[in-house]
Amino acid sequence: MNTQHAERPTTPIQAHTPILRVQGLSKRFHPSLPPVVENVGFTVEQGEVFALLGPSGCGKTTTLRLIAGFEQPDSGQIWLEGREITRLPPEERGIGFVFQDYALFPHLSVFENVAFGLRRLRGKARQARVLEVLGLVGLTVFKDRKPGELSGGQQQRVALARAIAPGPKLVLLDEPFSSLDAALRQSTRDEVRALLKQAGIGAILVTHDQEEALSFADRLAVMRSGQLEQIGTPEEVYHHPRTPFVAQFLGRTNLIPGEARGLEAETPLGRLLLSEEAQGAVLLSLRPEGLGLAMPLGHLGIDGKQLEGTVLAREFKGHDMTYRVQLGNRELIVQESPESPFRPGDKVRVLVRARAVVVGRGR
Amino acid sequence: MVYSLPKPIPKPLLAVALLVGAAVLLPLLYLVLRAAQAEPHQLVEIVLRERNLQLLGNTVALLVGVIALTTALALPLAWVTSRTDLWGKRFWTVLLVLPLAVPGYVGVFGFFGATGAGGWLEHLLGFPWPRPTGYLGALGVLTLFTYPYLFLNLRAALLGLDASLEESARSLGYRGLEVFWRVVLPQLRPALFAGWLLIGLHVLGDFGVVSLVRFETFSYAIYLQYSASFDRIYAAWLSLMLILLTGSLLWLEARLLKNLSLSRVGLGSARKSQPVRLGVWRLPSLGLMALPIVGALVVPLTSIVYWLAQYPSSPHSRSFEAVLEALRNSVQAAAPAAFLAAFLALPLAYLGVRYPSRLSRLLERAAYIGYATPPLAFALALIFFSLRGVPFLYQTLALLILAYALHFLAEAIGPIRSALYQAPPRLEEAARSLGYNPLQAFLRATFPLLRRGLLASMALVFLSAVKELPLTFLLAPVGYSTLSTRIWGYTSEAMFAEAAPYALLIVLFSAGLVGLLLSQERQ
Ligand SMILES: Nc1ncnc2c1ncn2[C@@H]1O[C@H](COP(=O)(O)OP(=O)(O)O)[C@@H](O)[C@H]1O
Ligand SMILES: [Mg+2]
Repeated sequence: MNTQHAERPTTPIQAHTPILRVQGLSKRFHPSLPPVVENVGFTVEQGEVFALLGPSGCGKTTTLRLIAGFEQPDSGQIWLEGREITRLPPEERGIGFVFQDYALFPHLSVFENVAFGLRRLRGKARQARVLEVLGLVGLTVFKDRKPGELSGGQQQRVALARAIAPGPKLVLLDEPFSSLDAALRQSTRDEVRALLKQAGIGAILVTHDQEEALSFADRLAVMRSGQLEQIGTPEEVYHHPRTPFVAQFLGRTNLIPGEARGLEAETPLGRLLLSEEAQGAVLLSLRPEGLGLAMPLGHLGIDGKQLEGTVLAREFKGHDMTYRVQLGNRELIVQESPESPFRPGDKVRVLVRARAVVVGRGR
Repeated sequence: MVYSLPKPIPKPLLAVALLVGAAVLLPLLYLVLRAAQAEPHQLVEIVLRERNLQLLGNTVALLVGVIALTTALALPLAWVTSRTDLWGKRFWTVLLVLPLAVPGYVGVFGFFGATGAGGWLEHLLGFPWPRPTGYLGALGVLTLFTYPYLFLNLRAALLGLDASLEESARSLGYRGLEVFWRVVLPQLRPALFAGWLLIGLHVLGDFGVVSLVRFETFSYAIYLQYSASFDRIYAAWLSLMLILLTGSLLWLEARLLKNLSLSRVGLGSARKSQPVRLGVWRLPSLGLMALPIVGALVVPLTSIVYWLAQYPSSPHSRSFEAVLEALRNSVQAAAPAAFLAAFLALPLAYLGVRYPSRLSRLLERAAYIGYATPPLAFALALIFFSLRGVPFLYQTLALLILAYALHFLAEAIGPIRSALYQAPPRLEEAARSLGYNPLQAFLRATFPLLRRGLLASMALVFLSAVKELPLTFLLAPVGYSTLSTRIWGYTSEAMFAEAAPYALLIVLFSAGLVGLLLSQERQ
């Protein structure tokens, strides 16, 4: 991941003005319903790829549409390169938008679609720019086709080409890979990312796919019911979730209550080490890969309590083995190496190998 | 469905749409104003006139009779052509829909040209057949030329029925006819109501047929008032009464539909049922189909051909230039009206599709009111409106064009609206994000996708306007004859040879209209 940061071209002068700053953004569609977007704020740096991750219906698209100017916020402000654009109509913002269903103009050829936004250019210059961008997305040979004659992946690239052709500093991508099949998705994602980085265009990617957000973004924000729960690099958000929701949404996890005292906590799994200091009642997250299984010892453990459980189910995934283990009245998910030998019904000892992350304090 | 705050409608769009809506309703207001000019004692005398009661009785009797007769005809025809093992069901269906291509007044021309002294039936049989006149004449002709509305609705409904309902009724022990009464018929109610409404509006709006067969309904009385004494206040009151009757019909339909909730329960597409074997019923079925085909196609077409052959030798025959002039006049009025209607329908359709709200529904309804208003009443309203409001328009072609456009606005909205549903709003948003203002975005991203819809709208309005009689009759400038007024004029004076070439042209135009309607429906 860090190498990706190094790739980012940073222009020294502009480096301190973020390309986009959003503050206190709220939007309600109906007075008697809760806001769809509530007090959302974040920044996107020049050339940064930012992801907005959250379950379907949490307000991601609405946030994007507010930034693009298709909807008006009830409150909050939006700045593009330090200039406030909150009340500007979309056509005066200069922000590219790639729609989920691409929204290509069906009556125009690929070439004309890409040329559509190049209103200031005429003749040769216009043609040169279109061909340049089509070359970037590798579609030059299809320039005379109509969108209906292209595959989903090709349409996706035309949509991207159309959005970046006028040279925006920022493009907004609304679940752009969701309608591609799994095989195509990974490669298209890599290509798009490389292209954005190469052109130095900042981007906001909206997605409900945590894997996509983690692998695509330089930084990401996790959204829930209209609010941002956490913003950070993929590593930070994955390894140090701030809330139970973030912990669970970014992958499978075990949530365990405990009583913290400094860097330790008493829990049903025994005394655990914490990743940061805390006091009193806490909720802890332990990823399945932070747990392990072993044969039960014939006698009691060191502190007189042995974490002995029963295997409920095993799920072989090739590169690892995932178990569901009953421990007391609690079910745990444990990830082991693929050779791990246990079967449902086996008695096992649960090992804790990682520090637990505090995702909730107080009761 | 989440209800959303209505998006703010762009001001210019709102202004245009309101203007169009007002243009339809304003003339009706003048009708009311005119009627309200009656002095109190005059008012009592006008409204309580015994003749009104008689007109009401005649109109309602015709309405009920036509609805009953069309149902008796259309229901078995729809069933035979959709659910049985009849050979060539598609072929029969097309034949049975074709009478829509023959306007009622051409139908009367067909019957009058066949019957009576000098009719081709006398030629064929040696003795003259009686002319269909009065109540029975109106009933017969209107039934023959309006039943396809009901037939089409019922056939579509029968084809859409889920066979599993009938099968489960059978498995519960019901027999064929019982299943039809207790399971099939109740499900046909929406189609019946829709067809009845169309036919009802047609009967109430009809002028050509009732005036030619001389059956005194409201329309005919309005015409008599207009042509003879022209007591304008009384004509206005008659028009209002007719509009009230039309309103009651719409209200009844809305009430009947409200009590229905018959959408298919469960998902998945409806399964087709096995065709029923006709057996000994084959011959009676063919006989039933022959009835409207002979009455509504063979008779008028034979009359046209027969009288066309007499045209050159007819003493009153004028040169073909007269025919060409009427054709040119028809096109001259109908073509601009088609453009205007599509142009006016565009903002209403756009508002309804992109900014659905109570206001947009209200404005669309205004267009439908213009359509449902009986054309004679609408024409009269426009006359009052132009005399008072825009006198320089009175007796001009422009007023006729405006009348066509406003009356057929509802027809123009349909295809444009369907086309708009095919053009997602995302396209305009994409154009906005690429630097185009709202109007440019509409023109560049959406408008090109509306071409087919706009063309269909214009064609529909054009063909309807060519067929139109009462609006033309009252609003055309003095001496401005069109195909339809010529047919009516010659037929009413029993000059069938003179009417024949015009009738042929109208039938050709109308056949185009029916073809267009059917192709629209298939989409
Ligand atoms: N124009 C609108 N009118 C009313 N409700 C809307 C509108 N747009 C979105 N919503 C509602 O806002 C919520 C969030 O929608 P959206 O932003 O599309 O979520 P996401 O993109 O995260 O799936 C949903 O409950 C949706 O029904
Ligand atoms: Mg979305």
